[in-house]
Amino acid sequence: MTDSVLHATAEAGRAPRVRFWHDPSFWGLLPSRLLMGFALILPIFIIAAVSVATRGAHGGFAWDFNLAGYRQILFNEGWTGELEFTPQYLLIIVRTFLLAGATTLICLLFAVPVAYFISRQPPGRKAALIYLVTLPFWASMILRVYAWMIILGKDGTLPRLLEYLGLPSGMSLMFNDGATLTAMVYTAMPLMVLPVFASIEKLDGTLIEASHDLYGSRWVTLRRVILPLTAPGIVAGAILVFVPSLGAVLEPSLMGGGKQMMMGTLIQLQFGGGRNWPFGAAIAITLMALVMGFLIFAALRAARREAAL
Amino acid sequence: MNQSKAIEVKSVSKYFGAYQALKSVSFNIGSNEFFTMLGPSGCGKTTLLRMLAGFESPNSGSIQLNGREVVAIPPHKRRVNTVFQSYALFPHMTLEQNVAYGLENLGWDQTRIRNRVGEMLERVHMSQMAKRKPAQLSGGQRQRIALARALAPEPEVLLLDEPLSALDLKLRQAMRDELRTLQRDTGITFVFVTHDQEEALDMSDRIAVLGGGEVQQIGTPTEIYEEPVNRFVADFVGETNFLDVDVVETAAGQATIRTPFGVALTVPATGHAAKGRAILSVRPEKINLGDQAQGVVFEGRITNKNYMGGYTHYTLDVAGTELRASRRNASREGDTIPLGATVPVGFVAGSARVLAA
Repeated sequence: MTDSVLHATAEAGRAPRVRFWHDPSFWGLLPSRLLMGFALILPIFIIAAVSVATRGAHGGFAWDFNLAGYRQILFNEGWTGELEFTPQYLLIIVRTFLLAGATTLICLLFAVPVAYFISRQPPGRKAALIYLVTLPFWASMILRVYAWMIILGKDGTLPRLLEYLGLPSGMSLMFNDGATLTAMVYTAMPLMVLPVFASIEKLDGTLIEASHDLYGSRWVTLRRVILPLTAPGIVAGAILVFVPSLGAVLEPSLMGGGKQMMMGTLIQLQFGGGRNWPFGAAIAITLMALVMGFLIFAALRAARREAAL
Repeated sequence: MNQSKAIEVKSVSKYFGAYQALKSVSFNIGSNEFFTMLGPSGCGKTTLLRMLAGFESPNSGSIQLNGREVVAIPPHKRRVNTVFQSYALFPHMTLEQNVAYGLENLGWDQTRIRNRVGEMLERVHMSQMAKRKPAQLSGGQRQRIALARALAPEPEVLLLDEPLSALDLKLRQAMRDELRTLQRDTGITFVFVTHDQEEALDMSDRIAVLGGGEVQQIGTPTEIYEEPVNRFVADFVGETNFLDVDVVETAAGQATIRTPFGVALTVPATGHAAKGRAILSVRPEKINLGDQAQGVVFEGRITNKNYMGGYTHYTLDVAGTELRASRRNASREGDTIPLGATVPVGFVAGSARVLAA
């Protein structure tokens, strides 16, 4: 379009510059640009700015440039100002990545067979099953986590069932990493099933037949044909599960009891009870940088795959 | 043709829900044979092929492969390979890897696989492209890789599911010759499925014409074309004229019949010998016009004509009955019978065929 405009003016013998406000698409896109700017980009800049500000004595912060927030992630500052390496926050970061990674793996393990099963159903049942997979999204997340507390908690459904089966009574399944992980897997599962289902659904069934025809057992077919061809969906699902799991707050604080922190709960604590906004912001920015790094890595790998195909 | 049986299909039936796709079908396929299953869509030919591959199992009946019952054996344990209609090449593998896939699963050693893959790519003239991916190929090239991949493991039987239907006309003709040559060179039994009668006549040693889930006729291409056993086969394979006739007398394999335009004639009654109403099938090219008319001769008026270059198709009105005739334009003067002309029309009695009405 711009091309034809330029041509027309060149023929007229003049070369006025085409201003961006002459382009109707600029005005069409303006609302979404404003929304993105104010709701997404500006807050990130504010957090980035806060992360290098100085902590206020009674909460809040002052606009003095200070890297104490970032330093605090790795070092503890003594009374006399000497720095001492403390791994406690680093351990929280590692724990967070381990829990998010475990969530992703468990979701994958469950989602692939479920998605495969759904894709083999007749159209009507397929739609119904997909609807059921998305059903948990319709209830508030906090409600769903509380439901798990009822299932796992003291005198909850599962402990009672175990008691009935002859196991020791009064067992608490709550307030540990297992409980946190259970709730995280539960919350994230649909985010894994849907993209994996989409890519399995796209998979040409005759390719699976061709593999069997060429002496490929079920296992060989899964490993050499189904998995490589559904990799894009699996990667998409893994990202959709892994990234939000890194920032999980509700599950560790409700199910894990809040004693064992994850990055999400740590950030929340700093902005709340901890009254250390710059430190909280610094962890948030660090988390974002790590996620960005992970996503760029994943995108580059995907691009290489695409180029090789 | 070798007399030993590569495949023995015995009273195989298949239901999809309440619909019976195959009605107790039986036939044998000889070793080294190029066997074609020909029929319109829905006749059960693809279902049969998928049963031979192991993707479907019959509700009843047995299928033997070189004397071994295979109904319960899964596809990956049958020494049978398939060339799929859509080729089904693995898009994430190079051509080389595609061809090697079956050999790797059979547990061949690396050197043997490399040699065999090289040999197969050579055979289908694709050696230059070994490292490419299927997406970079034309339809004809994909077809050849699909063939190489299916033939590489030296299967006992090669199944081909309408492999030429996705190709353009010129390429299809070339691939027919290539397929036939491959079959002769490898000596592998080919089972070919198609709805294209011309393909079937051109390539096959024997053809099974399938219709309505049943085998209508099995025979060589000439038998199928010249001696169809029923109306379905005569109609499906090639063009033909059907005339309602009365069989007045049968004796010593000859039937005397009365045609609707009054001519009585005696024809060989190999297909149908009962007295009474019957139909007579005469192929258009067997009907001669003008000075070429011989055998049973009568008169007809040209009502339509389609000039096809090598041939001209004429539509004739013979005492109220419509007949189609085709005439080879052997010289430039070949196409000289004008529309509306009344000309002598004739056919040799032996080239017509009496069938059950």
